[in-house]
Amino acid sequence: MERRNSRALAMTVLTSVLAAASLSACSGGGGGGEGDAGSDTVRVTLANHVWTDAIVEAIPEFEEETGLTVEVTQLGEDQLSAQYNVQLNAGTDEIDVMMYRPLQEGKLFAQNGYLADLTERVSSNADWEWDDFQEGPVDSTTFEEQVVGVPTITEREVLYYRKDLLEKAGLEVPTTLEELEAAAKQIKEQNPDIAGFVARTGKSPAVTQFSSFLYGFGGEFIDDEGNSAVDSPEAKEAYAYYGRMINEYGPANVSTDMSWPEAMAIFTQGGSAFYTEADSLYQNATDPANSQVAETVGFAPMPAGPAGSKPYNVPSWGLGINEASGNQDNAWKFIEWATSKDMVMQIQQEGVPGPRNSVWQDPAGTETYPEDLAAAIEVSAENGVGADRPLVINVGEAREIVGDPIVVGITDGDVDAAADAADEAFQQFLDDERE
Amino acid sequence: MMAVAALPPKRLPQKQTAWKSYSDWANEHRKWLFAAPAMIFVAVLIAFPLGWTLYLSLTDASGSVRAESEFIGFENYADVLTDTERFWPAVARTFVFTAVALTVQLVLGMAIALLLWRPFKGEKWVRVAILLPLVATPVAVGMMWRLIFDPNIGFANQLLGFVGIGPQPWLSGQYSALPTVIFIDIWQWTPMVVIILLAGLTSLSDEPDEAARIDGASAWQRFRFVTVPLLMPTIIVAILLRSIDALKTFDLLYATKGRGGGSFHEVETLNVYAYGLSFDYNDYGVSSTVLIIFFIIIVAVMFLLTRRRKEVQK
Repeated sequence: MERRNSRALAMTVLTSVLAAASLSACSGGGGGGEGDAGSDTVRVTLANHVWTDAIVEAIPEFEEETGLTVEVTQLGEDQLSAQYNVQLNAGTDEIDVMMYRPLQEGKLFAQNGYLADLTERVSSNADWEWDDFQEGPVDSTTFEEQVVGVPTITEREVLYYRKDLLEKAGLEVPTTLEELEAAAKQIKEQNPDIAGFVARTGKSPAVTQFSSFLYGFGGEFIDDEGNSAVDSPEAKEAYAYYGRMINEYGPANVSTDMSWPEAMAIFTQGGSAFYTEADSLYQNATDPANSQVAETVGFAPMPAGPAGSKPYNVPSWGLGINEASGNQDNAWKFIEWATSKDMVMQIQQEGVPGPRNSVWQDPAGTETYPEDLAAAIEVSAENGVGADRPLVINVGEAREIVGDPIVVGITDGDVDAAADAADEAFQQFLDDERE
Repeated sequence: MMAVAALPPKRLPQKQTAWKSYSDWANEHRKWLFAAPAMIFVAVLIAFPLGWTLYLSLTDASGSVRAESEFIGFENYADVLTDTERFWPAVARTFVFTAVALTVQLVLGMAIALLLWRPFKGEKWVRVAILLPLVATPVAVGMMWRLIFDPNIGFANQLLGFVGIGPQPWLSGQYSALPTVIFIDIWQWTPMVVIILLAGLTSLSDEPDEAARIDGASAWQRFRFVTVPLLMPTIIVAILLRSIDALKTFDLLYATKGRGGGSFHEVETLNVYAYGLSFDYNDYGVSSTVLIIFFIIIVAVMFLLTRRRKEVQK
């Protein structure tokens, strides 16, 4: 009998231990003590980008200088976004420095309190010089008068073109949208296998590149009163133009899913005469390892519409500090280093346009750029508009709404009706967001 | 003295009785006690997320799940169930995808399993070749087919060019994308059906088939009236496993068409829609509503299938 009792006791104890163990396993063992104040390890989450390649290569210098260790997590744009969504929502302290898209997620993150207030930090070091950063990018990383991020990469839309095809057709580089259309038409007619024009076609990815066309026609996504403006005559003209350029002069079998990698691939494989895209991606076209047209590619400012040449000029990426991080001081050290004048100069020379005025003013800052690209960037920086998408909180949904008439145009549908429908949906969206 | 001496023997048996009844109870219920940790673990893992999703579906949570949200009752359900632009087309696509893929996989799988049933020369190699698609991850499969079906540089259109057929839009076409992803799913998952059916076939006894043969039944008649009825429980298992998988397909669709299932939402199933609501729109309330409805649909389908399975087994 006694043996039976002790067996029962052992069983009960074992059971309780197992239950406790399984419950504690459920709680996930989160926390991560490493995030405590003053940890020597700075955990940095970065997106796949040429900027990231350059900074990762330089990180050993930072580690040597400071004695800190940098742990880098590198992800594709979509995965990065999904990762933030999950981890920041759960209040993680396992990210210290985060690379984010100020125009896409900036408002949402700042509003949710995911980004630490950097206002005091940016002005604390006079040598680092916060005033040196371009005004537009600084605006985009400022939320309700608090600085929540430091811009790292800026971009403007420029025209990529094939010098050889223009020469063969006896054409000058187009300076207006009208000339661009005529040239695309002529080249397509002369070369049946080559498209006159290519650009992004995916509903959401195309929005940012379409914005320069919209501004060029005198349109805008949101008017001064904060209402939807995507059904204005100017906007309708812009939608029709963009759709027509791809539908009539674009590549055969064009898909409606192209973002920049697909559109760039068509251009760099010699499949198109003209291509409008962000200047920060120019190395994809000029590097002979990736591009069959490296020798013949030329760059020009965004062609002017009825309202002039109005490309976007925006900070596409910035660095922020996770509000929940326990290692904010060291995180700031990393940001300060990664956005210092020297570093911005170095990375800009490697082909990534930076946000610092002094670097742009210094001839060394543009000496590695193709001459025509540097000239195009200079013009674009002057005429540029500070947004390439609707500046709202839920940018993802807004892009899908205002991007709809673009794909309707590309597939030769009724653009006017699509713009009216998009306007109604977008107004509803804006009203909901204002509530 | 007497009273003091009398006290312990009186208390001792009482203590022993309590302990004994406790240990007896533990002994009697030991199978439950041993299973308890696992049961608690599973309950917490399933019940908590489900409960949380149900709660979110009754709120207007958006932006951040930690932000303050309002309890709005069944408003999200009313909105979702009356949404004919995204929700109902997504439901339709989910079922079309599942039904077409499953039907073709069953027919093809049965044909291949019958071919592999009887031993033949080189059987091993054929089996390995057939199983290859199964071992690749769906995301890799999606990316591979995306390259093959690329409208301009893809192998598929080049192949068509050799035989004089013009290029097809495949994944990039508004109306051809769904059939194309169904084709990819069939390519990847038919081997799974083959394995299940082959296992069933090899476990069948030869006697009924031989008896039918002696009675003069043709090959088709023997297949139709002997093999299929005997194989029915296995077929139902294959349907059950594949339909659960097909209903919740996400990775393949995301890898081939990206967010939103393409610019026209051409392959947006309920899963892809719910993902978009959460990760692109940060609309957690509505996303949870879609997921709860999806959950109910899946449970209903599984209920019907398992009931059918029991009927067949009877």
